[in-house]
Amino acid sequence: MTETELLMWARGPALQVATVIFLLGVLVRILEILVLGRKASLAEARGSAVAGGLRTIVTRSIPDRGTLQRSTFNIVAGYIFHTGFFVVLFLFAPHILVFQDVLGFSWPSIPTQIIDATTIVTIIALLAVLAHRVRHRVMRFLSRFEDYLVWFVTILPLITGYFAFHRIGLTPPTLIAVHIISVELLMVVFPFTKLMHAFTLFMARYYNGAIAGYRGVNS
Amino acid sequence: MSASFERGINAFKEQMDAPVAAFFSSCVRCGLCAEACLFYTETGDPKFTPINKLEPMRRVWKQEYSFWGKLTGALGLSKPVTDAELTEWETLVYDSCTLCGRCSMVCPVGNDIAYMIRKMREGMAASGHAPEGLIGATQRAVTIGSPMGVKLPALQAQIRHAEKDLGFSIPVDVEGVDYMLLLSSMEIMNFPEFISAVARIFRHAGVSWTISSEAFEATNSGIQIGVSEIAAELVERIVAAAAKLKVKYVISPECGHAYMAIRWEGPNLIGRRYDFKVVHILELLDELRASGRLQTSGKETQRLTYHDPCQISRRGGVVQQPRNLMNQIAADFVEMPETGTMNWCCGAGGGVSSNERADEIRLKVFNRKKKQLDVIHPDAIVSACSNCRIHLEDGLEEYEMDIPVLSLTETIAEHLVDREQKEGQQP
Repeated sequence: MTETELLMWARGPALQVATVIFLLGVLVRILEILVLGRKASLAEARGSAVAGGLRTIVTRSIPDRGTLQRSTFNIVAGYIFHTGFFVVLFLFAPHILVFQDVLGFSWPSIPTQIIDATTIVTIIALLAVLAHRVRHRVMRFLSRFEDYLVWFVTILPLITGYFAFHRIGLTPPTLIAVHIISVELLMVVFPFTKLMHAFTLFMARYYNGAIAGYRGVNS
Repeated sequence: MSASFERGINAFKEQMDAPVAAFFSSCVRCGLCAEACLFYTETGDPKFTPINKLEPMRRVWKQEYSFWGKLTGALGLSKPVTDAELTEWETLVYDSCTLCGRCSMVCPVGNDIAYMIRKMREGMAASGHAPEGLIGATQRAVTIGSPMGVKLPALQAQIRHAEKDLGFSIPVDVEGVDYMLLLSSMEIMNFPEFISAVARIFRHAGVSWTISSEAFEATNSGIQIGVSEIAAELVERIVAAAAKLKVKYVISPECGHAYMAIRWEGPNLIGRRYDFKVVHILELLDELRASGRLQTSGKETQRLTYHDPCQISRRGGVVQQPRNLMNQIAADFVEMPETGTMNWCCGAGGGVSSNERADEIRLKVFNRKKKQLDVIHPDAIVSACSNCRIHLEDGLEEYEMDIPVLSLTETIAEHLVDREQKEGQQP
């Protein structure tokens, strides 16, 4: 396989397969949750479950002061790598072109120097998060193979993307192909792992807030 | 109860719903819930991380309710939950979780972990992994009507005693009144002053009320142990008594789990709505205060703080009312750091206090409450749960802290303006 063929494969059939697995997998996982259903409470409501659910979807992004003090590193590093990942994914001009191809519309990008710096910061944050996972007694205790796999498939597109942008080591077509394949790996792993939280956290927060809101508590 | 491993696994399955599946799907194992749990913060042992307490139930969910889990299961790649694991988890689910729900407030993806622990106990009890202390309390609740074995004659004796002090009678089995008061066994046996306090306040405010001789116990061991059938039976007794006496309201007393049981779980346990409303005693007192029917004079000058019982505030929604009442009677009311819906549990709720095996750890984790108190140095702690009160007293003694623990209702009763004065003020 020549490097052009590799790139064509990565952009063609591999991307198609990865997209189908990703979309179908995410859909199945969400349906698996919804079909279980939830009994309506017969207790007289004190507050609105819907308002509570919607509120908690938003408010749970901000930690309470005590938790922030007790888990500062976890929260700060978590914020940095999540924000960094989304900035690089959605605001880098070449990525927006890919989304435009699929979605039919686009949005403004930010300068590549900022993307470049954000990538470095995000990679550092992810390395720090891994170190924390290995060293912190609770996180080490809770961690399974899946946690390390998910970490790996998350940092890989950032590293391959950085290498591709700076043309380090290999020829540009190969670097781009490797970058695309690393993204496909992330997409394929996604529905089978905790990466699903990117979608299900909205459901979890809603249910949490709804259960509390029904009783008149802001959770 | 004929418990078996199969019944336990089936009970886990029956408990699965969309929230549980969403919660398990969302956990990223960040460990933040550990820092919200006093059993972790005061022991430093990661096994007490709240989400870990659910691990057997999570595996049942994954293996039975997710495509991926079913696939790996079919290929023989997943490890079914064993009875030995449930034995190992017993102390995590019962001894070191008070269902306080603080973890549920902190989880960044929004998992309501306490909601799931409550459900997990159904499977633990059905598989024969409930603690002896809770089994005994539940059996007494079913056969005698009280987890502490308090029978009607004991209540009658306390009522007679109170009437002698009060100089007026306490209504028992009076039909057609507005309110039926429930009591916890702990109040009857350890804090009978509560009955007198309520009688004085209600006489002062002109509330028509009664106690039922057939259903006076407010607590529900069926919920704490995790056997919904028993929990429902205990709720039915109250519903029947309320119907017989034709009351409009049932009052949940100063007890956190009783409030959760009768207010929020009760209708769902029996599968129908009530014909009456349930109010917590603090809700009612605050209503009476707001409408001017509850008038107090003078204020406590000592530095008072309020300990939120978890099931009343964080899990129950009665947060502001006790603060209104505290401000009414306390000149120096000071909040603990992290209070209201973020308050730290005393360490003995959720059946932990009925479980002698947990005595050592509940006193150890009281250190969290000590740390809160050390910041504000109150002269006395006011609370609204007899179970919290007993454990606060135990904990304060263990840590050699000389701080009295008061009931909010009883403290209010001490500040009532006398009847003549009140009547004189009325237009």
